[in-house]
Amino acid sequence: MANSATDTLPPAADPATDNPVVGIDQTKGDFSYKVDYEFDAGTGLSEKTVRYISSVKKEAPWILEFRLNALKKFLSMPMPTHWATKDLENIHFDKIRYYLSQGQKPKRTWDEVPDDIKKTFERLGIPEQERKFLAGVEAQFDSEAAYSNIKDLVAKQGVIFANSTEALREHPEIFRKFFGKVIPTGDNKFSALNSAVFSGGSFIYVPKGVKVAQPLQAYFRINAENFGQFERTLIIADEGSEVVYMEGCTAPKFSTSTLHSAVVELVALKGAKIQYITVQNWANNVFNLVTKRGVAHEEAEIKWIDCNIGSRLTMKYPGVVLKGRKARGEVLSIALANDGQHQDTGAKMIHAADETTSNIIAKSISVGQGRSTYRGIVHIPRHLKGCKNNTECDALLINSNSRTDTYPAITVRGDKNATQHEASVSKVNEEMIFYMQSRGLTEGQAMSLAVNGFINDLARQFPMEYSVELKRLIDLEMEGSVG
Amino acid sequence: MSQLEIKDLHVAIGDKPIVRGFTLTIRRGEVHAIMGPNGTGKSTLAKAVAGHPDYTITGGDVLLDGKSILTHEADERARAGLFLAFQYPSDIPGVSIANFLRAAVQARLAEGEELDATAYYQRLYAKMDLLKIDRKFTSRSVNDGFSGGEKKRCEILQMAMLEPKFALMDETDSGLDIDALRIVADGVNALRAAAHPPGILLITHYQRLLDYIVPDHVHVMWDGRIVKSGDKSLALELEAKGYDWVKKEFAAA
Ligand SMILES: Nc1ncnc2c1ncn2[C@@H]1O[C@H](COP(=O)(O)OP(=O)(O)OP(=O)(O)O)[C@@H](O)[C@H]1O
Ligand SMILES: [Mg+2]
Repeated sequence: MANSATDTLPPAADPATDNPVVGIDQTKGDFSYKVDYEFDAGTGLSEKTVRYISSVKKEAPWILEFRLNALKKFLSMPMPTHWATKDLENIHFDKIRYYLSQGQKPKRTWDEVPDDIKKTFERLGIPEQERKFLAGVEAQFDSEAAYSNIKDLVAKQGVIFANSTEALREHPEIFRKFFGKVIPTGDNKFSALNSAVFSGGSFIYVPKGVKVAQPLQAYFRINAENFGQFERTLIIADEGSEVVYMEGCTAPKFSTSTLHSAVVELVALKGAKIQYITVQNWANNVFNLVTKRGVAHEEAEIKWIDCNIGSRLTMKYPGVVLKGRKARGEVLSIALANDGQHQDTGAKMIHAADETTSNIIAKSISVGQGRSTYRGIVHIPRHLKGCKNNTECDALLINSNSRTDTYPAITVRGDKNATQHEASVSKVNEEMIFYMQSRGLTEGQAMSLAVNGFINDLARQFPMEYSVELKRLIDLEMEGSVG
Repeated sequence: MSQLEIKDLHVAIGDKPIVRGFTLTIRRGEVHAIMGPNGTGKSTLAKAVAGHPDYTITGGDVLLDGKSILTHEADERARAGLFLAFQYPSDIPGVSIANFLRAAVQARLAEGEELDATAYYQRLYAKMDLLKIDRKFTSRSVNDGFSGGEKKRCEILQMAMLEPKFALMDETDSGLDIDALRIVADGVNALRAAAHPPGILLITHYQRLLDYIVPDHVHVMWDGRIVKSGDKSLALELEAKGYDWVKKEFAAA
């Protein structure tokens, strides 16, 4: 596939501009729309689908307005194929199921789950109950107990931790203010899609000065909705607070749905710290098109740790808008593209205040026909002083067919700012593999070690259990990649 | 008796024949030193025996305890008891010595058998102490940024941990300072003194190493094969006279 040489990644929105949709007046009175709860939203996307989803969720009218407006945007916006891959044209929006009601029963039985998938679950040590859910045999993995536990625990500190539906219904005064502001509906076609049909995802509010001791995990709340395709997450860390959020699980998800398009917004108010960790392993028929961005106010810090394995196409560029003086933003990302996969990932750092610093470290691994693309934007306007950016992109190729492209766009205006950029492409060296084999490791084990070594300095920054799982995942991927 | 037999081995790199009819049998417990001018095929021989995929075996055979290993991959040969201490060891960025050796030790266990981590570390530390390697090295990436001598010591550490039946040591002495040479030699001699000592093929250019690791046999390799064999006095003779007389003698023969 030919690759457009120019980087025309759309610029991040100016955080000062409010999303006009949010300002729309809310009409009083309950919205009523006759629905049949026996059915899901069917396939295809229309106003009816959107109204259906909103009514099932018993949403306030402003949310329905928000959704309908987003739908219009989605329908009117072109695919970003002028800079992204043409493969996007293979998404059939009319064949997708946009909402699955609670009562929806999966149609697959355990016996129908392919053996290699079962084996993978075994290798990864996934508990029995979760396997069935992950394989799409059960609609719900019942971990509600664990979830409410942690929810209650953090509630004692005044933390709100709820799913998006619940949060918008019960705490509109907190969430409405920020909802759809960091990532305006029309940021890109897929954020518009998510805004129209979102369902599931977490809403978190951490009050001033509260440091949440344990990482909050979406993992506790796996069900059809949260594991769904269009989750929406909004995390607000009030002044001086700290929170770590972890999403995803490293078990491959074998869904029949082929489009995953989430939106994640983070707001770190003055002096707050948010760390958002993702480790995802998608089945290789999935289009994973995710918009993630945070706003860091004065002296606040936002750190994205993003790890992508699998999927047919992942497009994801976590960003930080450095809005306040001395704000810090960081993106650490690892992407592994195996045969038939394209990881198009990167980062955006939009400096909008003096003395803001950003750090991007991206490592990609391409195996076989797998393809990795790094796409980044670092924007430092002329009038700012004392801003710093460091960008490192390292690519590792595991055989000669792999390809990797780097499109770093660093616009630094003015001479009172400093940037540093390093990029490297290396191949797994044959002598290194022979050296390891001569110690008794199989070629696959040697490859795994080489890959794990390549990402080691990043993986070390992950929470323990995530880096262990990541290692196991890489072992599995590498095992399959050698003849 | 356990033995490694190299029989009339021919090895080519691409179309270029490098090893041309090399024959040698090494029994466990024996040390055979190989000396020979640069470019004569010593490293090629060692790597080919260890199973390097780029080296084509165009003739002959290599047998470990009577069975040909030529169809086996390098890792199978290693697990069967072969070890190569590299002349130029590769570095493995991001992989610590402790984890690397652990994986190598684990690879030798039966499927499902778990490595005893405590015992492993005890053994690792004991071997490191023996080779006077600072314990800080366990967390350093394999050979990454190591000095020449540190790399060689790390090779011997691996050999000591993996307890091979047969070790091919390719210029382990080059790059070692005088003290390190003695330490490494002591390490090798400790392995020789063990209950099940390895058979060793010792490739070297310098007689000095042979003062410390006294060989049972010394062979001169020339143009891809052994042209002269003797005991350790042969090494002294080479040191005194250089290779010219071997060349002459060989040419005359
Ligand atoms: N990958 C390769 N491609 C082409 N020629 C090679 C390759 N590796 C080795 N050779 C050649 O094979 C010959 C033997 O090399 P080898 O490294 O085995 O020599 P050696 O006896 O170990 O020498 P030294 O004493 O310098 O270590 C040399 O002429 C060398 O240039
Ligand atoms: Mg050599």
